[in-house]
Amino acid sequence: MNCGHRALSRATLCVCLAGLGLVVQAAPDATRGEQVYARCLACHALASDRVGPRHCGLIGRRAASVAGFDYSPAMRRANIVWNEKSLDRFLAKPMRVVPGTSMTYDGVPLATDRDDLIAYLKKVNAEAVCKVGSRNTP
Amino acid sequence: MSFLKISDPISARRLFLGCSGGMVLSGAAVALLAGNEALAAKTGGSTVGDVQILNTAIGAEFEAIAAYQLGAESGLLTKPVLDLAVTFQGHHKEHVTLLSSTVEKLGGKAVLAKAKYNFPVDQLKSQLDVLKFAAQLEQGAVSAYLGAVPLFGNRDLAKAAASILGDEAMHWAVLRQAIGEPPVPSAFMS
Repeated sequence: MNCGHRALSRATLCVCLAGLGLVVQAAPDATRGEQVYARCLACHALASDRVGPRHCGLIGRRAASVAGFDYSPAMRRANIVWNEKSLDRFLAKPMRVVPGTSMTYDGVPLATDRDDLIAYLKKVNAEAVCKVGSRNTP
Repeated sequence: MSFLKISDPISARRLFLGCSGGMVLSGAAVALLAGNEALAAKTGGSTVGDVQILNTAIGAEFEAIAAYQLGAESGLLTKPVLDLAVTFQGHHKEHVTLLSSTVEKLGGKAVLAKAKYNFPVDQLKSQLDVLKFAAQLEQGAVSAYLGAVPLFGNRDLAKAAASILGDEAMHWAVLRQAIGEPPVPSAFMS
């Protein structure tokens, strides 16, 4: 099943259950989030800085705090700590949340995609790729 | 040459269809645009944001050039794949030339290539590894341009970015085919 179908199925499930008076939020899917993460790979990597900063250690990190990375002035001024809520907001419309950011990307419009992407970033942060520290890893 | 240079769409299309050689690909990108560049820069809705978008794209294009250089020098590629890599690298060089020129036409300062890039060299042990790595970058590039197109204040720039997106998508499809994966995995990109 492709990403679109899965997202649709999840939405359909929610609607159906809501119709029955049951509101069930499907759990974010980190495996699907890895597929969403492919959109980020022109500029980002997990364990190394590229056009954008590394994503290992992102959750809980203050924006513009990766040592040695050349952030935009806008991001340096942003005063954001990256958590599920702030990431969700930023990923939906990066340039609206941080006008002037170098992340000139329209955003991830579907909430389910953002949930899954954030779940992936949380999951992968506990894995070996992010445990070794800075490495040359996509 | 910049995104904003060709005088009208018909002559641009003629240029696109009628030429060959290194300048043609740049011409093809430019060919999608219409209007005097100074006028376009003045009235086309270009903004400081457009320069930022272009510079982010240039940064990623430079990295792609370096990645293909790494692949080409790896000694892991057979001749046909090496030729393909060099061809695709050439496209990325043309993108940089065009994007940088456009930034300067808009009064900005184009970013330069980094002195060093971090690539997963320890994971590139075969031609397949190199192809997969390149495919990953190209897929990301498609998404990045897709995410940039709606942001441009100048619609001509959006159109030109879409033309580069098409090129990146072709790279991605060819690389997927070379890897042995379905070249076009879905009807839509995101």
